[in-house]
Amino acid sequence: LVFTEEDKYGLYSNLLFKYFLAEGIVCGHELFVASAKEHPDNILKELPAPLLDDTYGKELGDEAAAVKSEDFQDSMKIAWRYQNLPKMETSPTTYTKFGHYYDVSKKMSPELCQSVKWHSFYLHEELSSEPKMKTWNMNSGYAKLLQSIQKVISEEGFDGSDPQKKQRNVLRIGIQSLGSVLWGDDVCCSDTPEDPHSLTKFLYVLRGLLRKSLSACIITVPTHLMQNKAIMERVTNLSDMVVGLESFIGSERETNPLYKDYHGLVHVHQIPRLNSLMCDVSDTKDLAFRLKRKLFTIE
Amino acid sequence: QGKFTLLRDTRTDGSFLVHHFLSFYLRAGCKVCFVALLQSFSHYNIVAQKLGVSLTAAKERGQLVFLEGLKSCLDLLFGEEEQQPEQPSPLQFLSGSSGDLRALFEFVRASLSPSGQGSWKGPVLLLDDLSVLLSLGASPVAVLDFIHYCRVVVCYQLKGNIVVLVHSNEDSEDEENELVVNSLCHHSDLILWAEGLATGFCKDVHGQIKIIKRLSLWQAEQDLVQIYQYKIQDRNVTFFAPGLSAAVL
Repeated sequence: LVFTEEDKYGLYSNLLFKYFLAEGIVCGHELFVASAKEHPDNILKELPAPLLDDTYGKELGDEAAAVKSEDFQDSMKIAWRYQNLPKMETSPTTYTKFGHYYDVSKKMSPELCQSVKWHSFYLHEELSSEPKMKTWNMNSGYAKLLQSIQKVISEEGFDGSDPQKKQRNVLRIGIQSLGSVLWGDDVCCSDTPEDPHSLTKFLYVLRGLLRKSLSACIITVPTHLMQNKAIMERVTNLSDMVVGLESFIGSERETNPLYKDYHGLVHVHQIPRLNSLMCDVSDTKDLAFRLKRKLFTIE
Repeated sequence: QGKFTLLRDTRTDGSFLVHHFLSFYLRAGCKVCFVALLQSFSHYNIVAQKLGVSLTAAKERGQLVFLEGLKSCLDLLFGEEEQQPEQPSPLQFLSGSSGDLRALFEFVRASLSPSGQGSWKGPVLLLDDLSVLLSLGASPVAVLDFIHYCRVVVCYQLKGNIVVLVHSNEDSEDEENELVVNSLCHHSDLILWAEGLATGFCKDVHGQIKIIKRLSLWQAEQDLVQIYQYKIQDRNVTFFAPGLSAAVL
């Protein structure tokens, strides 16, 4: 469960969200996209196009040349992988074959988008139907979303319930701007929310669904709007990975010469510690991102 | 025997202590009731195997009763209507009818009460982690009541041990959690407090552990405090005196 704290205007977290979905399509995974803000159909029309290997090499070469000319000490270059930790590479030309690269200036072709099966959940279309569930004591939008996810998991066999299924696949779930007012939750606009447990309960049930199925999930949440910090602490404990994006737009860091090549910072608050005593902590903890015309990089 | 141990973590993940106590008590031949609220059974099983214990085998021979909170929650919320009413879910409080943790307590009591099958040394209740119950809507009072009832049965009546993990952050704004943690600290015989280093992340020293031993709950004796630093490895955790990590020497 990857929990992403949105940057102030949601620009870059939205980009990460789309990368996650785009990678799912390129890998042939099934998608589940949920939003209360944009219709998932529109989100899927705006995914970045994948780069072919040879063109990427050239892109990286250009970038590398630019970096070398600027005398950075310990300059590490990586491309962001959303599902796993960023891989730090010492040499810009030896990128690993894990994951794919994307060109944010181009949109993914409709044929590629249609090549995978996907499910959408747009809150305002779902509200009309009455939920038939027992007392969950949870925000109804969240409850519906959970029911919808559970239905897809069990009907499509992601929980291993259908042994006849020839090929096991992964379900990628992306939930946009959870906790915002559009979901009917006031946790992002009130110091004392009406139901402070809805969001955390939702995360707990979602965690249960993820653990029992072949799925991965990214959530973006506008935490900069949350006044109740206690909820943020609880949410961190309930997530496997917590990443925060801080953009420099409108902040005094925009003019700080240290950050002149970057658009924002990446804060890794928590990394998963699963099936092991240890976790895979990287050496570098100060990460910043920048969005060039074609590439979004984190270094 | 009859001891209450509190595991506490701040700025770091103290779950390695949970894995330790789980394999420790199973190897010692105790009957263990493990309430695992945040991770799946396979997660603990994989780590336990690295520590030399098979949870699956322990379950099969009746030594380990494992409550997988996540699975229990899904069964409760998505389960069929015709679920037997005389066997309420241990996480019944999620369904909203009552805010107390009575059902969870009953589950613990039933798991550890002597059943005549197999003779195990002393019952143990292990819980990972208590802070999650607050996130799920249980009130601090309900959580403390639950712990109190467990203590009465497990520590006093059955002469067993309890080990509970809680999270706490410095400058935490989670008042409910702080209330529970502080209250438990006062009632613990032993506190193992894992903290991330104040100086920040370090590859060779993952954190510091403070061991606080209550010498006497009645007399005004000073608690015994020991501090060690530790490094977590794949199958082991090494402890050393502060400043004496292998990387430094």
